[in-house]
Amino acid sequence: MTEESPDIDAPAALAGSAPPVDASADLPLLRIEGVGKKFGAFRAVDRLSLDIREGEFFALLGPSGCGKTTLLRMLAGFETPDEGRILLGGRDIAPMPPHQRPVNMMFQNYALFPHLSVRDNIAFGLRRAGMARAAIDIRVAEMVALVKLDGLEKRKPDQLSGGQKQRVALARALARRPQVLLLDEPLAALDKKLRESTQLELMALQRRLGMTFIIVTHDQEEAMTMANRIGVMDAGRLEQVATPRNLYEAPHSRWVAEFIGDVNLFDGEIASRDPHRLIVSTRDGGTIVVAEPRQPVGKTAVSIAIRPEKVKLSRRGPALDAIDSHAINRLEGVVTDVSYLGGLTVYQVKLDSGAMVRSSMANTVRIDIDAYSAGQRVVVWFTPDDCVVLEQ
Amino acid sequence: MTHKVGRISPFNITALALGLAFLYLPIVILVIYSFNASRLVTVWGGWSLRWYTEVFNDRATLEAAWMSLRVAAVSATSATLLGTLAAVGLARGERFKGRTLFSGMLLAPLVMPEVIAGLALLLLFVALDVERGFWTVTIAHTTLTMCFVTVVVQSRLVSLDRTIEEAAMDLGCDPLQAFVRVTLPLIFPAIAAGWMLAFTLSLDDVVIASFTTGPGSATLPIRIYSEVRLGVKPQINAICTMMIAFIAVVIVIASLASKLSNAQGRSAAPL
Amino acid sequence: MSARSIFARPARFAAVAPYLWMVLFFLVPFGFVLKISLSQTAIAQPPYVPLFNLTAGWDAIVAALKQLSLDNFRLLVSDNLYITSYLRSFVVAVTSTLILLLIGYPVAYGMARLPQRWQAFAMMLVIVPFWTSFLIRIYAWINILQHDGLLNKVLLALHLVATPVVWLSTDSAMYIGIVYSYLPFMILPLYATLVRMDPSQLEAAADLGASPRQAFWLVTFPLSLPGVGAGALLCFIPIVGEFVIPDLLAGSASMMIGQTLWLEFFANKDWPVASAVAVALLVLLVPPLLLYDRLQRRTLGGAG
Repeated sequence: MTEESPDIDAPAALAGSAPPVDASADLPLLRIEGVGKKFGAFRAVDRLSLDIREGEFFALLGPSGCGKTTLLRMLAGFETPDEGRILLGGRDIAPMPPHQRPVNMMFQNYALFPHLSVRDNIAFGLRRAGMARAAIDIRVAEMVALVKLDGLEKRKPDQLSGGQKQRVALARALARRPQVLLLDEPLAALDKKLRESTQLELMALQRRLGMTFIIVTHDQEEAMTMANRIGVMDAGRLEQVATPRNLYEAPHSRWVAEFIGDVNLFDGEIASRDPHRLIVSTRDGGTIVVAEPRQPVGKTAVSIAIRPEKVKLSRRGPALDAIDSHAINRLEGVVTDVSYLGGLTVYQVKLDSGAMVRSSMANTVRIDIDAYSAGQRVVVWFTPDDCVVLEQ
Repeated sequence: MTHKVGRISPFNITALALGLAFLYLPIVILVIYSFNASRLVTVWGGWSLRWYTEVFNDRATLEAAWMSLRVAAVSATSATLLGTLAAVGLARGERFKGRTLFSGMLLAPLVMPEVIAGLALLLLFVALDVERGFWTVTIAHTTLTMCFVTVVVQSRLVSLDRTIEEAAMDLGCDPLQAFVRVTLPLIFPAIAAGWMLAFTLSLDDVVIASFTTGPGSATLPIRIYSEVRLGVKPQINAICTMMIAFIAVVIVIASLASKLSNAQGRSAAPL
Repeated sequence: MSARSIFARPARFAAVAPYLWMVLFFLVPFGFVLKISLSQTAIAQPPYVPLFNLTAGWDAIVAALKQLSLDNFRLLVSDNLYITSYLRSFVVAVTSTLILLLIGYPVAYGMARLPQRWQAFAMMLVIVPFWTSFLIRIYAWINILQHDGLLNKVLLALHLVATPVVWLSTDSAMYIGIVYSYLPFMILPLYATLVRMDPSQLEAAADLGASPRQAFWLVTFPLSLPGVGAGALLCFIPIVGEFVIPDLLAGSASMMIGQTLWLEFFANKDWPVASAVAVALLVLLVPPLLLYDRLQRRTLGGAG
């Protein structure tokens, strides 16, 4: 599952702001080819391949221990792959030590040099590169302005706030103008408010510099917010590479569907195929009609995934009953729990089959006299287009 | 601390105060009596500096003191160099052949009875037919004190954030440059503390110096020891007070220096 | 090869010089101790029969090997002097270590309970005497303990005793000296473990119904056992071989093994027997040394 996934289930409009996919263009900036790394018997990265284009903001997303940090460290040169190649601009950098690679890294804990001032931290890499003193001064001033650290040049890292340290780390890594900037959980140490504003600043910065960023994160919201494309990793392998939107609306596997966001799953078997739809008989949700996916489903055992916000609730009534039973899927149940989360409300519904279904609804009005309450009997419905069929 | 649990109790305070009094009182008494005018070491005869002048007129004591200072300075410096190298090997060398033996050899002298170490080194010097004196004592002290330096520097290296070294390499340093430009400045307080420790340990040692020195080149502790065996003398009080004062001055300078470098890096190792 | 091993190669290279130094000046000398402990005493300079000469060829070595004798070790087990010395060393070391624990634990506990800003200061107070020469510290006690010294003066003034007590050249004086000299070595490892302890564990114990005393014995003390072990070994091992303190403060009636070794070496000029005493002492100290090594490794860490 390491290949780039074209938009399959979603209409073209869903592709959003992703850069145009053009596989026939010349070699990507970074090509990871069958790269593997073992620590003892543990396979941290399992023969993984991935292309990253110039100017992309790419996120490696996955649970802890999935190998994303190891992959990033191999790109930086702190780990050497056991197998495979890492081609940067066509050149294999896998055997190269870190100090000779044209990539720089922003560390999770920032790893600022505590004995050097902000200025000297930023200038550190430039001095190693043998840049002339005057040129260093200019570049440092440029970087200080870029990350808005003016006036703090003489401070030591100890005298900076968390957000300021984060900026120094960023400026230090950017100063050498690397071909690729690697960011290892760069915002993990910041509090929520600061993290959100920094995400936007990082995106703006990346767009302005036109630089290639590869970020490692376990925070899916962060990855979805910032990245053009996301590679979801599990157990050393890429489960899916896609735009944020496709990852959410068209997950390739049950694992990805469950990892990204919240999802309702119904297991079942394909009972029959229409020209445009599949009829699936499920254990917990009865017969469910789904739109025929573009990629044909081979097996008959499938799972149907529906995101909670696409599951609608309504009171029993003729209006709903009048609709063609193939146009929507309709189930019945009792509301057991109502969680008010501010912007939306999540309802837990126990279906008559005994299975639980989650439905979330945006709170678009301030006073909602029609809100459902626990114990209320409701109709649960969703359209065939909102269902995703996943092979089991 | 506002919680009741784990709060400091009167018992804790008393224990602490008694413990500290036990540690300090004997030294304070010794210092006071070094200024005693009376020849009788137990009778207070008013303040006087006469015993200090006597010490400065005692050639043998001055020679021993000079010998001790030279041995301490040279052995502490070489021990710091070797000990730091050893610490780097242990903290950054990962697994290598003979690592267990190496760390064992470096840990054993910390607790090994001095009589054994002294005897062993003497037998080596005799077998090699080396003339005993300044250099043999210095080598012996280097061997023993470098182990203390290793422990102090190694614990600092181990606690040092390794990503800082990685950052240095990421920014274009080869391993040696990363060590010199980043690691070394950060572990410097520990290295300085190691030197201090080695210096005072050398200045303090009687047993190993007794084994490894030759005739006519006694160190100050050897001289004090032989005098003390004959009983308490006011001159010894004066010598001891001067040694305490000397060490105190060195410590104050060192702590001021580490305060200064604290502004740059982090705090020194405890010892 | 990871970043760690990028560093590993130069780091190992750095270790070469200290490694060779330690082999030459620490390991090899023990070879000589062993060799001489197996040779015969002689009235000569140096006072032992040279065992073998590596330049003399294989036959000479074989011949010399035949001359190796265990006589010195036979002497050690047959002569009461040595056995009683070893026993006394052991008893003194165990007793001193127990006293040190009894004194050191409350002090370390008190330090660990101090407010944060006072802890560094208390730590410094404990360490500073350690920087002054231990010989001076022993000498200071001779001052206090002598016949008309401060201790007797205070005792007489308080009418606690009618006549001056003989302190010097007694075991009490020796124990005072040992405890005084080794106290920082006991306090520091104890403090290091106690201060790392999470106060919320005590709160949890209290929350679950333990009185402060129960909380101490059921939570704090068991958790501090590694520190107790480290401190005890750090004191016990060198005390076994202690020479200066018993020599200056204890009576001459019975000797510790360090004194016996010194006597054999310097007074009797019997180097082979002195070496045998050292070898036997070393062998006896191997188990506690290994234990100490293990505790150190666990706390020091390092690679792997």
